[in-house]
Amino acid sequence: MSTFDLSSSQTGGEEPRRRRRENTTITPQGAPNRRNTELVLLAFAVVVPMLAYANVGLAMDGKLPSGMLAYGLGMGVLALVAHLVLRRFAPYADPLLLPLATLLNGLGLVMIWRLDKAGSLLRNNFEAASNQLMWSALGVALFIGVVLVLKDHRILQRYTYISMVVALVLLAAPAFFPSRAEDFGAKIWIRFGSFSIQPGEFAKIILTVFFSGYLMVKRDALALASRRFMGMYLPRGRDLGPIIVVWLLSILILVFETDLGSSFLFFGLFVVMLYVATERTSWIVFGLLMSISGAALVATSEPHVKTRIDAWLDPMAAFAPKPPANSTEQIGQTLMAFGSGGTTGTGLGQGRSWLIQFAAKSDFILGSFGEELGLTGLMAIFLLYGLIVQRGLRTAIAARDPFGKLLAVGLSSAFALQVFVVAGGVTGLIPLTGMTMPFLAQGGSSLVANWALIAILLKISDSARRPAAEPAPTTTVDGATEQTRGALA
Amino acid sequence: MSELTLTVMRLGFLAVLWLFVIVAVQVIRSDLFGTKVNQRTARRAAAPAAAGAGPGGPARPPQQASGPPTQGGRRRGGPTQLVVVQGSLAGTTVALQGQTITLGRAHDSTIVLDDDYASSRHARIYPDQTGQWTVEDLGSTNGTYLDRQRLTTPTPLQPGMPIRIGRTVIELRK
Repeated sequence: MSTFDLSSSQTGGEEPRRRRRENTTITPQGAPNRRNTELVLLAFAVVVPMLAYANVGLAMDGKLPSGMLAYGLGMGVLALVAHLVLRRFAPYADPLLLPLATLLNGLGLVMIWRLDKAGSLLRNNFEAASNQLMWSALGVALFIGVVLVLKDHRILQRYTYISMVVALVLLAAPAFFPSRAEDFGAKIWIRFGSFSIQPGEFAKIILTVFFSGYLMVKRDALALASRRFMGMYLPRGRDLGPIIVVWLLSILILVFETDLGSSFLFFGLFVVMLYVATERTSWIVFGLLMSISGAALVATSEPHVKTRIDAWLDPMAAFAPKPPANSTEQIGQTLMAFGSGGTTGTGLGQGRSWLIQFAAKSDFILGSFGEELGLTGLMAIFLLYGLIVQRGLRTAIAARDPFGKLLAVGLSSAFALQVFVVAGGVTGLIPLTGMTMPFLAQGGSSLVANWALIAILLKISDSARRPAAEPAPTTTVDGATEQTRGALA
Repeated sequence: MSELTLTVMRLGFLAVLWLFVIVAVQVIRSDLFGTKVNQRTARRAAAPAAAGAGPGGPARPPQQASGPPTQGGRRRGGPTQLVVVQGSLAGTTVALQGQTITLGRAHDSTIVLDDDYASSRHARIYPDQTGQWTVEDLGSTNGTYLDRQRLTTPTPLQPGMPIRIGRTVIELRK
């Protein structure tokens, strides 16, 4: 019947659009392709670190730095290549993640270069900026590799248990390598000659894949088979199994590798994902109780951890006329750097960053940022991290498949937890743990792993925001109609 | 470098950094997607237009006022919108553009029915091969009624026929 033929030109084009404006209508609206927005933001994200670079050069030497063009071109080319790959292979991906990561990476590069220039004032100083630029290039290469190879994030679901094994091997590996004096008590590195990697950073991503795959299958059993007790759902004993295994594992990491940060990260990640998968508050209560008891147990028995907690409780103890044994001045120095920065900071290149003597470029790089950019700059940096996490969680909401949802939640909360652990430790909110600030801090493994994390999030967001395929035309063949009906009912 | 230049640079850099954050938030604002709801702002303006467009009038179909269906205005051309006439969603319209419209309590339905008597996947309305709009009950518990008849098979729809699902009544309009 041509009378009701709606595909005719009569209703197409201008007419429906005008009609929609005039009435209350509900139209499913897909996410637009935002690659041009991304390109503009990306250009902005390359320009901001360049300004910082010029600022440092002008403040320290009175002239524009000579390597400015090279660094700018380097970052610009890396960003452009990543953008073009996204344009071709993930056209609907989130427009913000890549510029945010690029900006943080660029700011980190500038700050490391600025600390390089402090020269011998900084303890154990060596030229790290060019190395970091090389690692950034490697990170972007891995980013591109993930975008190209990972056709669909659901492929990762097939490797649920393999990824568990790989993650455990990666986590356990550093314990079997000889520790060195300059590792400061934490065994989290694997060394091949002068080359070292930190497998925990990669284990973070791989473990998230395992958690997502596992919880997707088990979440109904975990959520529904429970007894109600005092307003809380108590899970059955056998469902508690996996959480106890992960808890023991994180305690073991803590004991054998004395890596407070990683064990907090993994346990926190598991609790977050359990909560998201099951919507049961009881898991959070259990998680908190278990982590507190575990931490208390280790804190009393392990001297390395105990030192950290003492330094957290009284950061200024090391500056006393008679400092207690094993005291450390790291947190105190960082707090003073924050204080000296004040609200608007001393200006890039004008702080006294060498007064932060320990790990100024890696774990304590936030201290340098806090001093030179002040509270205002630090808040902007935290907001940039917050935006990355927000985009990740938004991707999780938009994702259509449960595995993608859990993976996106897991990756973004791992990122958020890492930022919290580092920022909290440096500002004295929680005991200090040896982790690196994602993208900002010096350290190849962290940088490369976080670029891979962003790539996976972008792939998930690409599939989540991709408009649904046109519905197949309904056939009148009875069998086919039955099938459609069965699928829809 | 003079003190003034350095101060200007320091504050300028902070401003640029914050500008980036603000631009990023603006992008998030413009990037919202999901379901778009437009208010009927031009309802009063549309009503005279509907009265003016009689049978054999201009090529575009008449605008639909929110009142009862104007049976007299029927002419060649298919229905262009689906209107919820009764129920909590009364007044809602969906433009018909050849897509399948699903009705039910499931949150991914085109029209999400907040109705105690509706099933999660209750019914769907779709153009069949010839473009004839058809309503089909998807095995709902309380049934879909066309006039007083409970639907058992996919049934062709004419504009103005009330489809009742629980307390909600919808119909196609030109």
